Amino acid sequence: MLAKLPVGDAVEASIDFLTDNFRFIFRGVSSVFEIFLNGLEGLLLLIPAFIFIIAISALAFKLAGKPVAIFTLAGLFLVYNLELWEPAMSTLAMVLSATFVSIIFGVPLGILSAKKEKFRRIIMPILDFMQTMPAFVYLIPAISFFGMGKVPGLFATVIFAIPPSIRLTSLGIQQVPEDLVEAADAFGSTSMQKLTKVQIPLAMKTIMAGINQTIMLSLSMVVISAMIGAGGLGREVWMGIQRLWIGTAFEGGLAVVILAMVLDKLTQSVSK
Amino acid sequence: MVKIRFEDVVKIFGNNPKTALEMLKQGKNKDEILEKTKHVIGVNKASFEVNEGEIFVVMGLSGSGKSTLIRCINRLIDVTSGSIFIDGEDITKMNKEELTALRRKKMGMVFQKFALLPNRTIQENVQYGLEIQGVDIETQIKKAREALDLVGLKGWYDSYPHELSGGMQQRVGLARALAVEPDILLMDEAFSALDPLIRKEMQDELLDLQNKMNKTIIFITHDLDEALKIGDRIALMKDGEIVQIGTPEDILNNPNNDYVARFVEDVDVSKVLTAEDIMIKPVTIDYKKDGCRVGLRKMEKEGVSNLFVIDRSRKLIGYVVADDLSELVKKGESNIEPAIQKEIPTVSPDTKLTNIFHLIAESRVPVAVVDEDNTLKGIIIRGSVISGLVRGGGEDVS
Ligand SMILES: Nc1ncnc2c1ncn2[C@@H]1O[C@H](COP(=O)(O)OP(=O)(O)O)[C@@H](O)[C@H]1O
Ligand SMILES: [Mg+2]
Repeated sequence: MLAKLPVGDAVEASIDFLTDNFRFIFRGVSSVFEIFLNGLEGLLLLIPAFIFIIAISALAFKLAGKPVAIFTLAGLFLVYNLELWEPAMSTLAMVLSATFVSIIFGVPLGILSAKKEKFRRIIMPILDFMQTMPAFVYLIPAISFFGMGKVPGLFATVIFAIPPSIRLTSLGIQQVPEDLVEAADAFGSTSMQKLTKVQIPLAMKTIMAGINQTIMLSLSMVVISAMIGAGGLGREVWMGIQRLWIGTAFEGGLAVVILAMVLDKLTQSVSK
Repeated sequence: MVKIRFEDVVKIFGNNPKTALEMLKQGKNKDEILEKTKHVIGVNKASFEVNEGEIFVVMGLSGSGKSTLIRCINRLIDVTSGSIFIDGEDITKMNKEELTALRRKKMGMVFQKFALLPNRTIQENVQYGLEIQGVDIETQIKKAREALDLVGLKGWYDSYPHELSGGMQQRVGLARALAVEPDILLMDEAFSALDPLIRKEMQDELLDLQNKMNKTIIFITHDLDEALKIGDRIALMKDGEIVQIGTPEDILNNPNNDYVARFVEDVDVSKVLTAEDIMIKPVTIDYKKDGCRVGLRKMEKEGVSNLFVIDRSRKLIGYVVADDLSELVKKGESNIEPAIQKEIPTVSPDTKLTNIFHLIAESRVPVAVVDEDNTLKGIIIRGSVISGLVRGGGEDVS
């Protein structure tokens, strides 16, 4: 019989190594993101709920039409009515931050993978791995690196949600017709000009579809990241589950669904 | 003046072209090399020159390497070996900055499928080349509009490509290339995607524009009729190799191998051949020097029933027929002058065959081919038209 391979030990050792040796980096990163998350949450809560609801509904009306606007208005009002506005804004801050970080890293990585076949061959299996791995597993390195709280929640969420941003950016850039890229080259574009004037504009639809998926995946991490203290609507659900407060859990879950649907409709209409 | 010069240019597709290049030098062909090394020969030892102001057509079947060849000129494809000189400068040795400058200033390219940016208006598309050079916006707009006006798209500035027909989209493609005022236009099957009628219109317009602009144009096509119509010279490609270069007439009349001949076979020759190509040597008589008896003897010897009368400097006077000459001989006359008939159909050497058919059909006598000075160059008889069509050329008239 073959002895059990020490896969787990190896992973544990490397995570320990990272934590021990780069503690100061993680600490630094952690406090920066903590400030950022709290700031964004505070900012969202600074806006009176009614004004926020009406503004978002108006935006929905402009971007996606009347039915979506009515749904947005009713849905967000329900969230407010259920006294879940505060955790909802906390979750929104988390989702927006995770999406922001995913775009900041995901779009450039996607562009790189579209341009460099070697890089693509390395990163695509990693993305597959990241997406098939149960999301809970990401909580472990997140805690080791950042402790409990919002930042490890953000970290786990980004890891889970970033793949579609990378993948669809890469796809979108690769799908730009060859002759348009050739035309850009033939007229003497620099790589940057080609990217900003031809490839990104033409890949925009696909990139936006990736961002939309990233947002949806971030929302699906809300409950899981609440397990390590990320707060927000996830905490309501998680608390409800732990204490068998079915009503609380359901209300929290409903609010997540409403948020998800509103964000989905809004981002979808942007990408059209 | 030579604008572009290819020197032994080879392009081999694949990661390690060394072996393939070696085999090529040993004279192995494309298929053998593909089988042995899995490397594809794109261009095989191409050497030629393109003169300034010339429309140089590259023609060949699909896969013969035309697109590869034209892309070597602006280095969308880098050559494997050999050199390409533009205005005497070897562009294969240029660094990135020099190359960018070359592409921006010297060349414009027109693509088969137009390659317009769908998210930009027509005018913004045409501005592209100027925009990336950092030209100020007023100049961009001014030049873009001038270029669009030139190709007949005045007033379409703010439309989007999808709102235009194929022919119009390709005019935009042409305008985009012209807007940067390049010396060289690279056109890769630029008209191949268009309907036959539109295509013909675009060909005429290109020739028209060329009369005004006098650019050096490399034009790629797989269509011989198109090549013959617009090419000053034509290069024929097969398996990456240039198998023949010449004027349209050269190619038609002396296809130098089977491949070219097969290409030429299904051309409507009558559109391309001219009087000069099918005329034959006339039997002539000098009216100052020769008399009736000499004339009759000549006719008997050559087996003809009429003679073309010329003067010392071969200027055409008219013709005489055998019966009239015998008549004069019987009367004891020796001068042929009374027998000369001056009503005779003439054409110039460059008259197209299509415009000669009806003359031949209407006239009992051969058609005389004369130049501006009325010098007799040759004659066209019914038989020579037919044989010209069959052979794709006439016999030598020297
Ligand atoms: N990027 C490439 N990689 C490998 N082979 C290529 C590539 N581009 C063209 N070829 C091959 O080179 C030959 C010439 O192609 P091309 O220049 O496109 O021909 P044409 O334009 O005359 O149809 C063909 O055999 C084609 O398959
Ligand atoms: Mg081609």
